[in-house]
Amino acid sequence: MRVNFTVNGRPQEADDVWEGESLLYVLRERLGLPGSKNACEQGECGSCTVRLDGEPVCSCLVAAGQVEGREVVTVEGLADYAKQRAEAGCATGACGTSLQNAQGWQAKGTDSHTGEGAELSPIQQAFIDAGAVQCGFCTPGLLVAADEMLERNPNPSDADIREALSGNLCRCTGYEKIMDAVRLAAARQGEAV
Amino acid sequence: MPTNGAPTKITQGSRTKGGIGESTLRPDGTLKVTGEFAYSSDMWHEDMLWGQILRSTVAHAEIVSIDTGEALATPGVYAVLTYDDLPTEVKNYGLEIQDTPVLAHGKVRHHGEPVAIVAADHPETARRAAAKIKVDYRELPVVTDEASATAPDAILVHEGRDDHHAGHVPHPNIVHRQPIIRGDVDAARQRADVIVEGEYTFGMQDQAFLGPESGLAVPEEDGGVHLYIATQWLHSDLRQIAPVLGLPEDKVRMTLSGVGGAFGGREDLSMQIHACLLALRTGKPVKIVYNRFESFFGHVHRHPAKLYYEHGATRDGKLTHMKCRIVLDGGAYASASPAVVGNASSLSVGPYVIDDVDIEAVALYTNNPPCGAMRGFGAVQACFAYEAQMDKLAQQLGMDPVEFRQLNAMEQGTLLPTGQPVDSPAPVAELLRRVKAMPMPPERQWESSEGADVRQLPGGLSNTTHGEGVVRGVGYAVGIKNVGFSEGFDDYSTAKVRMEVVGGEPVVTVHTAMAEVGQGGVTVHAQIARTELGVTQVTINPADTQVGSAGSTSASRQTYVTGGAVKNACEIVREKVLEIGRRKFGAYHPAWATAELLLEGGKVVTDGGEVLRDLADVLEGETVEVEEEWRHRPTEAFDLRTGQGNGHVQYSFAAHRAVVEVDTELGLVKVIELGCAQDVGKALNPLSVLGQIQGGTTQGLGVAVMEEIVVDPKTAKVKNPSFTDYLIPTILDTPTIPVDVLELADEHAPYGLRGIGEAPTLSSTPAVLAAIRNATGLELNRTPVRPEHLTGTSLSEA
Repeated sequence: MRVNFTVNGRPQEADDVWEGESLLYVLRERLGLPGSKNACEQGECGSCTVRLDGEPVCSCLVAAGQVEGREVVTVEGLADYAKQRAEAGCATGACGTSLQNAQGWQAKGTDSHTGEGAELSPIQQAFIDAGAVQCGFCTPGLLVAADEMLERNPNPSDADIREALSGNLCRCTGYEKIMDAVRLAAARQGEAV
Repeated sequence: MPTNGAPTKITQGSRTKGGIGESTLRPDGTLKVTGEFAYSSDMWHEDMLWGQILRSTVAHAEIVSIDTGEALATPGVYAVLTYDDLPTEVKNYGLEIQDTPVLAHGKVRHHGEPVAIVAADHPETARRAAAKIKVDYRELPVVTDEASATAPDAILVHEGRDDHHAGHVPHPNIVHRQPIIRGDVDAARQRADVIVEGEYTFGMQDQAFLGPESGLAVPEEDGGVHLYIATQWLHSDLRQIAPVLGLPEDKVRMTLSGVGGAFGGREDLSMQIHACLLALRTGKPVKIVYNRFESFFGHVHRHPAKLYYEHGATRDGKLTHMKCRIVLDGGAYASASPAVVGNASSLSVGPYVIDDVDIEAVALYTNNPPCGAMRGFGAVQACFAYEAQMDKLAQQLGMDPVEFRQLNAMEQGTLLPTGQPVDSPAPVAELLRRVKAMPMPPERQWESSEGADVRQLPGGLSNTTHGEGVVRGVGYAVGIKNVGFSEGFDDYSTAKVRMEVVGGEPVVTVHTAMAEVGQGGVTVHAQIARTELGVTQVTINPADTQVGSAGSTSASRQTYVTGGAVKNACEIVREKVLEIGRRKFGAYHPAWATAELLLEGGKVVTDGGEVLRDLADVLEGETVEVEEEWRHRPTEAFDLRTGQGNGHVQYSFAAHRAVVEVDTELGLVKVIELGCAQDVGKALNPLSVLGQIQGGTTQGLGVAVMEEIVVDPKTAKVKNPSFTDYLIPTILDTPTIPVDVLELADEHAPYGLRGIGEAPTLSSTPAVLAAIRNATGLELNRTPVRPEHLTGTSLSEA
């Protein structure tokens, strides 16, 4: 079958999709967007988290056909998504992103192999600065989930952060630096207002 | 045709000096947060096929027949291979003993053993084709524990063994046995006022790295193959892969792809040979990616163990003697079992002074899943048992458990049971003092003005208690882990370092085969280059087999050994650069000949701080490149009868204090805080050090309260191969982990550093167990602890 949907602000068309394929498979193997990760493919680890019409979902549990006509944001588009959210006058993020706004933007993508010079979202920069990245396999899903939480709740308590990220497994860090990163992003977001 | 996702070099500049001791940021950090970093499962090639492995559905059986006809006839299938298709006489592989079949030969020895492999144009086509392969099994009895494995009439897991351990083991189903005898246990036992015995069980833990086993094999025009792979040791893989393919090693090119964690689980081969075989057979690139279910079958686990301990102590609290037997279940293939036996036995006393010991450790061959390397490697199981013994002794003596440990703590100069002196600082008592001195988390943190915040309570949002029946407990533990490969292994690393001028600026390129698995070795290598060569721009080349071996990313050894190799190569480069400087500019300033010269801030300076020349001028028109092997001090094998020998290189010490709250009615545990103090020798990158300690601590927490691969003792089949049924700690299960880092230099090691990655995984588990015992008063001789063990409702093992 053919699936038409929008990924990071760009209309995409995936052909020859087998009915059993997940959104994760289509993103990774058909659209060249392997940033969303395949750690368990059964909705337990959160490493494939993307936003589907704004909602964080495990893309491994979404059948590709279900995204027909819908909006997907992946880690590859996170920086531009956050930037355009901020430019839309929602620096705290507390106002959320309307579907209309989400449809009005496009990710630019980075072309450098090293990522040098890439413009990062506050949560991405905070993960680097706080040492929240080790092997990095959980990172894309955690970034999407954490960014979505900070959009809803710009001043989360520690318990709020733990609750919001409890669907994202990390095996390297013991989560302490991830907590630091989310606190850091929230604090920087607060300062920017 | 390009291979998408092939790693490229990463250049990282630094606004600060960016040398050792600074928390410089990961050079691959930006790639990892943008989703651009290519892991082995992200590799893609035009026209590539997908490989799939068919695995045995039974643990022990003869293979009567395999029918691949229907699978081969499936549209989209390019190849189906079995044992009969293996191209050479080398059909087995293994880290130390080559006992593991590439594909099963007439027999399977454990649940999930590879039997056949398929290549197809879509992963689902490959999966369905594999399911059409008909394998007729004639089931055999299974051996699953020490009693069944060593019974006189036990069925042999490997008949006709001729490996180098076969001659000294008491039964062919014992992979390796290491006794250690020192002093006179019987005489020392007479001096004991208190004797404590214990029998302990350690469950089977999985590494559960998040990036699944995966890779891409690309056939090359010269008849060779290029394998992009996630592994812990490229050259060890290469040594095992090439003979099976019938290719010389230089025709099997290996490049490290992005590695999503390892923790020991990538020391053994998984899909490497299978992907290469399919690529060479079909002439097309072949990608294999395990799913999580398969990953549980596709790598070895931490050895489950039974540990039998006896300790004695005098009335005034001095340990008199220790006897122990440690029985490790190695499963169906040897993997790293012999080395795990060496660690478990030589570290079975823990970080304590006991002169009279009688120790025996064995690893079994059984039909359970193969077990091998996991973070802590044999020392973890022992630490769980000896620390439980310490608490029992302290209790019997009416002493404080920390004071009792401190009274018997090892110090620099203490002899290990192997007779080897610990010849660097061993601050065991001090680490315990530090964790004990940490402020205690406030009581009843769940209470708030709006009632109980159930997220702070055992059971969490399940809302099972508002504090009723919740009891706090506190527990302590300390451990000792060896660093580097022991027992006489030639444990070297190779580093290639180049210095040149690019765009008017001195740049250093570091090339090693070190597997960056997330630990941050690439960060530290750049820091070492900046410190030694006074530059800010450092390029890290992708790890591959175009440079000599860097040894394994395990045994907490990479910062020590490959870091040591990078430091050594940089020192040689520095000397060559200074020689060039003397040749070009020596006539202009006498200090070139007379002063101690350093490279700093892109310049050649004297030790007095006088600038002699810009490095850019010295290196104008010159490139300096050095590739050198580097070794730490040699070690010796342990004597096979007495266990004596200077077997270890270095030690790493950590202590933990666990604070838990237990819902005693439901048996639910919430770990409130898990503080750690560790001596790291020298923190080359303090931020990464904390990350290692907190990550290791959390894996120890996991096996204390939730993580266990459950194997049916009747069938030897794995019952929970998924993240639904095998639980690892989430961010809700993990407490705050305050860390106190001590830096006492080991003068034998580069910069005085200690390998740090494993020690925190040792003491974390027994500290949590001790805290639960403290809260409940239960004996708890097994880990992980499940709710039924706390409520007395367990059907077995209670």
